[in-house]
Amino acid sequence: MSMNNQGRPTGVGTSGFASTSGSALLPNEPLLFEIGDTEHSGVDLPDVTISNDRLGGFERKSKLDLAGLTEPEAMRHYVRLSRLNHSIDSGMYPLGSCTMKHNPRLNEKMARLSGFSDIHPLQPVSTVQGALTLMNELSHWLMTLTNTAAVALTPKAGAHGELLGMMAIKAAQDAAGQSHRTIVLVPESAHGTNPATAAFLGYSVKPIPARADGTVDVQAVKDALSTDVAAIMLTNPNTCGLFEPQVIEIAEAVHQAGAFFYCDGANFNAIMGVVRPGDLGIDAMHINLHKTFSTPHGGGGPGAGPVVLSEALAPFAPVPFVRKGAGGLELVEHAKDSALGRITAFQGQMGMYVRALTYMLSHGGDGLAQAAQDAVLNANYIKARLAHAFSVPFGDYPTMHEALFDDTFLAGTGVTTLDFAKALIDEGFHPMTMYFPLVVHGAMLIEPTESESKQTLDRFCDVMEELAADAKAGNKERFTSAPLKAPRRRLDETRAARSPILKWERT
Amino acid sequence: MRYLPHSDAERAEMLGVIGAANIDALFSAVPKSALKSFDLGLPAHSPEFLVEAHMRALAAKNRAGADGPFFVGAGAYRHHVPATVDHLIQRSEWLTAYTPYQPEISQGTLQMLFEFQTQVAKLTGMDVANASLYDGSTGTAEAVLMARRLTRRNKIVLSGGLHPHYRDVVRAYLKDDADLEILSASPEGQGDILDHIDENTAAIVVQTPDFYGHLRNVKTAADAAHAKGALLIVVITEVVSLGVLEAPGALGADIVVAEGQSIGNALNFGGPYLGLMATRKEFIRQMPGRLCGETVDADGQRGFVLTLSTREQHIRREKATSNICTNSGLCALAFSIHMALLGEAGFTRLARLNHAQACKLADALAGVPGVEVLNKSFFNELTIRTAQPAAQLIERLAERGILAGVPVSRLEPTNPDVANLLVLAATELTTDSDISELCVALAEELA
Amino acid sequence: MTTKFTPDHEYIRVEGATGVVGITNYAQEALGDIVFVELPSVGKVLKKGDEAAVVESVKAASEIYAPVSGTVTEINEALSGEPGLVNQDPTAGGWIYKIAIADAGELDGLLDDAGYADLTK
Repeated sequence: MSMNNQGRPTGVGTSGFASTSGSALLPNEPLLFEIGDTEHSGVDLPDVTISNDRLGGFERKSKLDLAGLTEPEAMRHYVRLSRLNHSIDSGMYPLGSCTMKHNPRLNEKMARLSGFSDIHPLQPVSTVQGALTLMNELSHWLMTLTNTAAVALTPKAGAHGELLGMMAIKAAQDAAGQSHRTIVLVPESAHGTNPATAAFLGYSVKPIPARADGTVDVQAVKDALSTDVAAIMLTNPNTCGLFEPQVIEIAEAVHQAGAFFYCDGANFNAIMGVVRPGDLGIDAMHINLHKTFSTPHGGGGPGAGPVVLSEALAPFAPVPFVRKGAGGLELVEHAKDSALGRITAFQGQMGMYVRALTYMLSHGGDGLAQAAQDAVLNANYIKARLAHAFSVPFGDYPTMHEALFDDTFLAGTGVTTLDFAKALIDEGFHPMTMYFPLVVHGAMLIEPTESESKQTLDRFCDVMEELAADAKAGNKERFTSAPLKAPRRRLDETRAARSPILKWERT
Repeated sequence: MRYLPHSDAERAEMLGVIGAANIDALFSAVPKSALKSFDLGLPAHSPEFLVEAHMRALAAKNRAGADGPFFVGAGAYRHHVPATVDHLIQRSEWLTAYTPYQPEISQGTLQMLFEFQTQVAKLTGMDVANASLYDGSTGTAEAVLMARRLTRRNKIVLSGGLHPHYRDVVRAYLKDDADLEILSASPEGQGDILDHIDENTAAIVVQTPDFYGHLRNVKTAADAAHAKGALLIVVITEVVSLGVLEAPGALGADIVVAEGQSIGNALNFGGPYLGLMATRKEFIRQMPGRLCGETVDADGQRGFVLTLSTREQHIRREKATSNICTNSGLCALAFSIHMALLGEAGFTRLARLNHAQACKLADALAGVPGVEVLNKSFFNELTIRTAQPAAQLIERLAERGILAGVPVSRLEPTNPDVANLLVLAATELTTDSDISELCVALAEELA
Repeated sequence: MTTKFTPDHEYIRVEGATGVVGITNYAQEALGDIVFVELPSVGKVLKKGDEAAVVESVKAASEIYAPVSGTVTEINEALSGEPGLVNQDPTAGGWIYKIAIADAGELDGLLDDAGYADLTK
């Protein structure tokens, strides 16, 4: 059987500490269905009777059984629930590879202008010229920041963008009579979406091992390249928080072999305005607007994943896209010879385009570069402050926007990376990303972003140092029983998975 | 720059702690030829009021739904969203939280998702629902792939009443697939899918109300599919219809995919929207997307976690059910809050009101010379045949301030049979005077 | 009755022409609580090294490979309702499937008790 070095399941703690959950300001909240009933409603609507309905005999006979709440009840339910969440606005969220930066409220305000929020994707193009202009402006910024020839805005999220980028590569290979290229190279340190995307398109995935220093070896890539390889999917800066120093040589080798270079742009925040991926030889790269350009994560989406494309891939962009026409901007919705077609019903995540462009205009080119440099500065600061107490897997050279530690420093303490992270919760911080990248044992991946002040970074580092010292001092209990101050103690994930309860049932 | 906390003095102090001479030293791994080797030529940072002025100017060049009579539907619908919904989803703890991977400090999002899954399961009449997908169109493509995994068969048949964009998305996902059978457009509501099911069929995909507004017989489709061992995927683009129409789960559907935008979410020019997906209990391991489940914590208190995550890409990598990595969390929250505000009583009233307005629209249109209403049945949307090509008609009506619907030719440009067809929707926001204004204008244009 | 092991932590207990296959105690401890077992279908023909089943813990999914070639003759249905049996006793109630061994010679290439014990030291 295959072994996987993902985190071990969360154990159920047996500490004798009293739980603080259910305290006055962090109330337990019943389920909506335990509060409301089918008669209550928070929306006043006339109760119309229809004498001559046109429902064709398909009227509902089964019961809906949907609980309703009046407005004050709803307000309280959702406000109380919200207080059980950690959020960027309430505290540092140093999740590596997630880029949890400040979400400016001007973005939200702009997205709610009725000229953006109250327009229909299929209303006449003559009535949405401002929206198309906005899409063009966003495209200009994205292409300029990446030095690329084209951008496909429509992907709904990073993974969707990745799918589109690889579809475009496949279409380009097919068009060039290269359909026999069925292999995609993916470094072992890659995010799980990369191999999932390649496999989805019918490619077989050939893993590229990481070098001891956490980067990809150009020679390993050259050895793996052949006339059967369609593309390489490379994350740069990579998932270990390092810039791939040989990226240009890798791109050249890939192109020489007739393959394309897909770059996972998840970590673009480290280099925006400082390095243009197009100068590194990429052919396609998705940009997570919800990471780099501050559109809110919203508890798990919606995201947006526009894909920039090189000259070679530009003809393979999907519809719809905006084009200048004689009478103004046009929306091209059907490309007769588009190899790709359409990957989502409408124009993509307009609400996110508005927020991202607002953010870009606020920063300007200079501010974006400064933000990237501050993000890198912050990660290196954390690394510098904590190196003495933690263990650094890849030696003493600068990192990009993430600081990566392994669990060597916890050897013999009985404390795991997971325990350590849970203890961080009790100190008011969201845990870092754990056990990712997989190539590092017990990985702790910390991404402070540019949004954290020096004061917050210092407090975070103080807490991290204190926790490391306490773990080494043998105070295992503090870690294995953590968290104690959160709305819940550790949850029994085994129970949840063995007999899944996925909805509320009336008892 | 207002979003960046460091002063230059602090930056210098931090570089000192790091032991770097300057910021460029931290970028030493970047090839010299690529580091700051360019002038971006982008504008400099800008104060809030100037950014706002720029965005307002762009917004002003668009004609908003509220600016006049509005009958555009075809997969996205203009409904009222209560003020409470938009207030709540902008609360920091909802807006600026990440995916709930640390359940101890994410119970708000998790409990909401559990409630959302319950609402969707009840609405569709299915056993289980996931925590949402990107939108209805990509959800349809995912459902098709799921049906193939479940049946280990390949043939997929798409009804001629399926939204053309959804059809195109499925086509893009299943590129070059000989086993994808697409039936020709059926604007009259004619059903022919039952004759296309065979022993190699994984699933048939039927939309109701269909793209042209007709209500389709789900029960007949389910029986025919099941007789051949195939699955029935039901697609719904107007989820409000479930307030008056029978739940597909009660009629034998195996997978239900819906666009959830109508509840809680604005039109937003096409996104972000909300894909709903529900299925039978025995199929959950092949369902894509996140799932939230109930459990207990170390103190025995009820709590919620993301579960069955071994289906997902971050664990299965190339063996995952899908490459999907995110859901549409905030849109799901808006949906869930709006649905909670409606409750069964409000939701059914809302659906009846939509249907009532559409009945008025149909009756009024039937009286306009040069207009033929094609639908015998509908929920809140219907198709008319006009005496002139619908695309030009729409433009002329837009000049008069009326957004009169979607010409089918915009989605089916190569099909000459649909050139004179127009799809119109009415919702609770459609007033009687909107309808009469439309009919007067139509009569004049067609005269 | 002999039991042989693969370096990938499967065991096969030979009972005449049939082999009972599961994962070792070492493997179940390393995986943690098993929450789901994807069983092969009876009648499935496997070549040595083919993926035969999948065991899932909360955060990992591991393929179970066929230690020898043959045909699946029986599966442990009890695991569908109670995957934890794999943790409780992987070699008794936690067996996964039985295989009609096509080529007994393949058994010689597997590890014996001592060899596997060495591997997991």
